[in-house]
Amino acid sequence: MTWQTFIFGRLAWSVFPQNAIAWGGALFMLLCVIAVLAIITFFGKWRWLWEEWLTSLDPKKIGVMYIVVAFTMLVRGGADALLLRTQQATSVGNSFGILSATHFQEIFSAHGSIMIFFVAMGLMFGLINLVVPLQIGSRDVAFPFLNSVSFWLFCAGAVLINCSLLLGDFSTAGWLAYPPLSELAYSPTTGVDYWIWSLQIAGLGSLFSGVNFFATIVKMRAKGMTWMRLPMFSWSVLGAMTLVIFAFPILTVTLTLLYFDRTLAMHFFTAGQGGNMMMYVNLIWAWGHPEVYILVLPAFGIYSEVVAVFSGKKLVGYVSMVWAIWAIVVLSFIVWLHHFFTMGAGADVNAFFGIMTAVIAVPTGVKIFNWLFTMYRGKIRFHTPMLWFMGFVVLFTLGGVAGVIMAEPPADYELHNSLFLVAHFHTMIVSGVLFGYFAGYTYWFPKIFGFKLDEKWGVRAFWFWFIGFILAFGPLYILGLEGATRRLDHYSASLGWQPLFAVAGVGAGLIAIGFCCQMAQLVRSFRLRHENIDTTGDPWGGRTLEWSIPSPAPSYNFAALPIVHHRDEFWERKNSGKRQEMKFENFTMPKNSASGIIIAAFAFLLGFGAIWHLWWLVVIGLVGVLITLIMRTFDEDTEYTVTASDIAHREAGLRYTNI
Amino acid sequence: MTRFQAFLLCAFALLLAVATTIYVQGANIAILEPAGPVALGERNIIIITFLLCAIVVVPVFVMLFAFAWRYRASNPVAHEEHHPTWDHYNWVAEIIWWVIPAIIVAILGVIAWQSSHALDPYKPLDSNVPAITVDVVALDWKWLFIYPAQGVASVNLVEFPEGTPVHFYLTADAPMNSFWIPQLAGQIMVMPGMTTQLNLMASRTGDFNGFSGNISGEGFSGMTFTARAVSDSDFSEWVSSIKASSTPLTMVSYATLAQPSEYNPIAYYAPVDDIFDADIMKYMAPGSSMDMNMNGPDSTMDEPTTSSDTMSGTSDMRM
Repeated sequence: MTWQTFIFGRLAWSVFPQNAIAWGGALFMLLCVIAVLAIITFFGKWRWLWEEWLTSLDPKKIGVMYIVVAFTMLVRGGADALLLRTQQATSVGNSFGILSATHFQEIFSAHGSIMIFFVAMGLMFGLINLVVPLQIGSRDVAFPFLNSVSFWLFCAGAVLINCSLLLGDFSTAGWLAYPPLSELAYSPTTGVDYWIWSLQIAGLGSLFSGVNFFATIVKMRAKGMTWMRLPMFSWSVLGAMTLVIFAFPILTVTLTLLYFDRTLAMHFFTAGQGGNMMMYVNLIWAWGHPEVYILVLPAFGIYSEVVAVFSGKKLVGYVSMVWAIWAIVVLSFIVWLHHFFTMGAGADVNAFFGIMTAVIAVPTGVKIFNWLFTMYRGKIRFHTPMLWFMGFVVLFTLGGVAGVIMAEPPADYELHNSLFLVAHFHTMIVSGVLFGYFAGYTYWFPKIFGFKLDEKWGVRAFWFWFIGFILAFGPLYILGLEGATRRLDHYSASLGWQPLFAVAGVGAGLIAIGFCCQMAQLVRSFRLRHENIDTTGDPWGGRTLEWSIPSPAPSYNFAALPIVHHRDEFWERKNSGKRQEMKFENFTMPKNSASGIIIAAFAFLLGFGAIWHLWWLVVIGLVGVLITLIMRTFDEDTEYTVTASDIAHREAGLRYTNI
Repeated sequence: MTRFQAFLLCAFALLLAVATTIYVQGANIAILEPAGPVALGERNIIIITFLLCAIVVVPVFVMLFAFAWRYRASNPVAHEEHHPTWDHYNWVAEIIWWVIPAIIVAILGVIAWQSSHALDPYKPLDSNVPAITVDVVALDWKWLFIYPAQGVASVNLVEFPEGTPVHFYLTADAPMNSFWIPQLAGQIMVMPGMTTQLNLMASRTGDFNGFSGNISGEGFSGMTFTARAVSDSDFSEWVSSIKASSTPLTMVSYATLAQPSEYNPIAYYAPVDDIFDADIMKYMAPGSSMDMNMNGPDSTMDEPTTSSDTMSGTSDMRM
């Protein structure tokens, strides 16, 4: 090893973007970063940002930061989607579109990885942070500092994946990077390493969050909140976090083995030398299938809350719903092989996994029936969250049919790897997951910020998303049946696919407008916040404990910890007119800590070093993480006490609920 | 939602339905227009499953819109009938919506079991006509078809007689791939160092589009091929015409062919060396020069390791 390779690793002048569109992406990202930094500096907000947000251990603030990052990454992933749609609509016959094949492949790999890991996961953990402590009547999560570490690791992963816009390339092997294509022999550049390390770092954050919220729900429920009184969103989060705890270690190990293959010339998954690529495919889906349910279960929980509240009725079939969640949790671990029925496993194996996959439709179907009968004899107010729910039922049911069809192995032989499959999983993830999180975002927004989101722009956003979605993915179902495979950067004109790809492109454009409506909604709501102010703490007629406290929720959540007697505790309190007696006591809250952000910064250096083979940087990153952790463990001064008189004084100045 | 908006939505749905119907009438929906027994069986499974699902989906849609309309807060009826604590007062309702989907899924399970066995891609087709064997090698980025019995090979075109079962043995000398002729049979994965199998038959003559289903690198989109079903006599003629053209496929010319290339034209070879078995052995032999990790794909054929005497001792890979 020469001293140059020791210092610079794989870095060279050629790592900068090679064409105009790639430069455009890189420069746009840089400009955005510079603009944000300049605005913060101009308004002199650095200290405020650092003290109030970046070092905060308040799960509500961490939740807001998760959602901000997720929306930012949605812009990146969405821009990727528009490029993909443009390419596929134009690259036909003699025209080769706007992107080179390699660039196209980088973009779809980035699109998938970003949308799952940094948009869906970010929105999910954001909402969980915002709501779960409030809903279970707790002042905090079980491990507040670990929560900060989780968020900042998620952020480090997000920054790392975007570094590939400017330095080096990104993986061309798809969002799950099947070997041997993702092995060094076929992907010799840094692309797959970017993929590995951004997912690895963010994935560790997810694992820590999983442990944290599992412990929070099990150990920190309010007095009297027995299991059968736990709100449905918290139930579904408990299910999802159980899946995180079991599934994410598989991802961590799989990514590590792939990195060993690529860096240490090992042969876990290589072609030849005893490597087995199908081992990788099994492992990645043993994580990947539960991951789908990790994302969708909390969204189901949100729908359960939204339907009950906006129908003005208790949730029908609560016990049934709980069993359905746990049936899904268990079943989601025994269906992974349906992602590769075409591997050539025997008929017995395929039939087993096909049957299991169909079985998982039963608890999911039961949940839909329970929601529908919650609407029955209700008094339904169609606020935006309810619209997202309606859109969800329509699309998710149809997407579910596509899923059940593909659960039959012989049907899957035809539909696997086709655009039919692509349309199916986008239907599940967009309508099932994203619509749910949008509903939750609108629903809980006033609890965090003290004012409601603008209804008019929310409705517009919904219709653009909903109709845009139908136009973007309806054609993909048909294209799949016509034999169009996924990930094509070019196709023959004689196939006659171009009109449908053009319609899909229009649909993607409508979705982009829908997203712009959401941003407009945010701006308008902030400007008109005094008109939409939530003076009661209970703007929707809520049923669960988070609505029993003022909006915005104070940093300590509950001045006096609630005592729960009913399933819909707050609803029952409103009906009976009995308010809990406020007896203030001293309690402790965690102090802010910079250790989380410092650990993540070192983890970022570790990842960056591992990607570019800057081994000295890897050592710095690793030692930095360990030393920061050790220093934190010796920090005894991590909490402060809030006294009863202090609380009484602060509560006197807050708005109260109208019960 | 006002009545006008509801009307707009209905109009949009109707327009969508009409446009889709018109499009589908005119388009060539490959999977729904099978040209052989395997693809036909698979299409039937798709349709049966779809119809069974409709038993649940139709009530869901009806209830969703009926409840949403009837119980909207602006409707006086909703106020009269509002029942905030309504849960199913008996277990009948609950049982119905656990049991009906469960029954449908049980039926689907039986179909899954039977069809997985009946349409097992490895299972030779029942026919009075003896099957012909075609070895398939996925390369960067083209398909090589070898006819061991006929001693010919072709690139990006696979021809076979109609009404004759075709037994494919597939491997890759490139990243993982997936072999797909939508109108004849579903996909099977194609992997280096491993053999997979696919049986199919064309029940009529014609050209059918073939695709590569799994991303395999830069030239993947151009990795299409034609599957051509012809009469028996045309097939024999085709084979002899290839034999007459004297481009042999030796280990040396194969090494050139295996180099990455995009949008390859159709090509023919005869006679053909034992490429297929050599390809599989290449990834199975330990410590050979085929250390993919260190040398990169371009160097995989640097040395003629697959000389005839190393291969003679190995058994036939087509098992």
